[in-house]
Amino acid sequence: MTAKTNPPESRKPASPELLSRRAFLERVTFILGGIGTLAMSVPLVGYVLAPVFKNDVPKWRPVGKVGDFKVGETVAISFDNAAPLPWDGQTGKTGAWLRRNSETEFIAFALTCTHLGCPVRWMASAELFMCPCHGGVYYKDGSVAAGPPPKPLPRFETRINNGVVEVKTQPVAIQRS
Amino acid sequence: MKDTFKKIWQWVDERTGLGEMLGPQLTHLVPHDARWWYVFGSATLMAFSLQIVTGILLAFTYVPSGGQAYDSLMYITHVQPWGWYLRALHFYGASAMILMMIIHMVQVFAFGSYKYPREMNWLSGVLLFAFTITLGFTGQLMRWDQNAVWSIMVAAEQAGRVPIIGPWLGRFIVGGDVESASTLTKFYALHVFVLPGIILAFIGLHLQLVLKNGISEPPTPGKKVDPATERAEYHELMEKTGVPFWPDAAWRDAVFGVGLLLAIMFCAWYFGAPAMDNPPDPSLTTANPQPDWYLMWYFAVLALMPPQIESVVMVFGPLLMGLLLFSVPFISNSGERHLKKRPWAVGAIVLGAILVGVLWHAASEENWSPHFTEKPLPVEVVQSTDAHVIHGATLFYDRGCINCHAIQGHGGVKGPDLTFIGSKLDASQIILRIANGGKGMPSFAGILKSDEMGDLLAFLQTRKHAPLPYSNNN
Repeated sequence: MTAKTNPPESRKPASPELLSRRAFLERVTFILGGIGTLAMSVPLVGYVLAPVFKNDVPKWRPVGKVGDFKVGETVAISFDNAAPLPWDGQTGKTGAWLRRNSETEFIAFALTCTHLGCPVRWMASAELFMCPCHGGVYYKDGSVAAGPPPKPLPRFETRINNGVVEVKTQPVAIQRS
Repeated sequence: MKDTFKKIWQWVDERTGLGEMLGPQLTHLVPHDARWWYVFGSATLMAFSLQIVTGILLAFTYVPSGGQAYDSLMYITHVQPWGWYLRALHFYGASAMILMMIIHMVQVFAFGSYKYPREMNWLSGVLLFAFTITLGFTGQLMRWDQNAVWSIMVAAEQAGRVPIIGPWLGRFIVGGDVESASTLTKFYALHVFVLPGIILAFIGLHLQLVLKNGISEPPTPGKKVDPATERAEYHELMEKTGVPFWPDAAWRDAVFGVGLLLAIMFCAWYFGAPAMDNPPDPSLTTANPQPDWYLMWYFAVLALMPPQIESVVMVFGPLLMGLLLFSVPFISNSGERHLKKRPWAVGAIVLGAILVGVLWHAASEENWSPHFTEKPLPVEVVQSTDAHVIHGATLFYDRGCINCHAIQGHGGVKGPDLTFIGSKLDASQIILRIANGGKGMPSFAGILKSDEMGDLLAFLQTRKHAPLPYSNNN
């Protein structure tokens, strides 16, 4: 019953010394708490934000022999990300559309529609990429054919290395406004 | 037996003061006429409690690993006894929580209960609303199927439109250069620790405010809120006609809450666990990311917005909605509470309902998207023996026309219906449209060979109104 009221000492009218002592103690508590919080939060915030500033070193990934692809055809490929983790599983890969334009020229398109990032589908007989979300359409060279996309499909760098087609990893393209 | 329990309780109570602590809260006076309209807040809390229980149980088995989350959910759904039921409960529990929360919010707005002294009740409620929607969205991501990984991409693209910090925000959502297992673990931590923790804290605040400010009496036309006298009047009203919350009002919460639980259980049993999309394999390109039902109307906003202003809408739309909800008690915190005397409030509710309803309907039609599941036109639609016309009909399917244009109900609805195109446009007009394309249509000049253009034209020209009986077929 008595626990709710303060002990009688604190009810005394406070002397100026006591008041300034209390003000000092308050300040000490806040400053110490502030220092502790700051010291603690720098590494914690750094830990949380690290992925934003971590740039993976791009890697060339093989996606198949040159002979596996026919000139004029576009096919789905997938390759390992630049720095996959053992527990990434399927998520450690990136998908793309690979077009063999000529004997020596390959183009790899990102799946991500430049409108809102949905995965575009290649409609082989129509020779168009179509986006299921909001109806964006791209021509076979990745340029915008219709709908809301503001830019052509992003591309990956490609090269031929010892008869093997290789694609260079890159971060997902996030469009600016 | 009863005496023994009573003795045990007295022993505990004497040492803990539990009764003294909870008694006044449970028996605080509430308006005698606060009846069935007042059950939706507690129903939201009931659904949230179910979410905590079912969520913890799902976490007994779920593996938040990029490589295994999907498989562990498949295991829960198809192998583990009662696993499918638990997933279903968690899904319909989430739906119920959001539904109850929206009804609760509309009721509070309609009754003018957010006015003095309950402005903070409203504001804490708006934050709870935002946290709950985020909780729902992060929950959808836990399925870690194609829909989830691509939804994260879509979310990142939207964040990318924010001025200056957009690209970093987008990278934060993706979790680095590309999506990975860390993307899942981050959203997992948000979904099971951070958001529920924040929500619990805000529910505490929300309930404390309910106790401090009391439950508002049902509004009466002409009875105005005056901040200077409101508290005294309410106090007097409660002293005169108030009834103790427990049990005079609580029983309705119990009846409705149990009813809600039964409804959730029925839905879970009848409809089962929400379907899983394909696994998050990046080489499967048939994903069609979509939000769960409560965000479908916003999905329509994104689709219907003209591209020129969509960046602005994506960034400032949600901000504006939040600001609007936040500003409600600042726009009017006094005066009439009854809807009969608040025409603007009636307008806001009706307008909001129509807007969301129309967008929802639009999202269910999704007529801005090509159809990918169409089959070639059947013979009875083509209705021709001419080789060119038949070939044209084949091209209509092969070249993707059918994805966006319908003929006699076969085909997409993104572009104009072409059932009677032969009656509407002449040959040169049709060719011009096909070759040049238009706003929503690609140019097919580089895609169709010249003989193909001829056959497609031949086919489209046969798409005419049936000749009228008296027109003599000329």
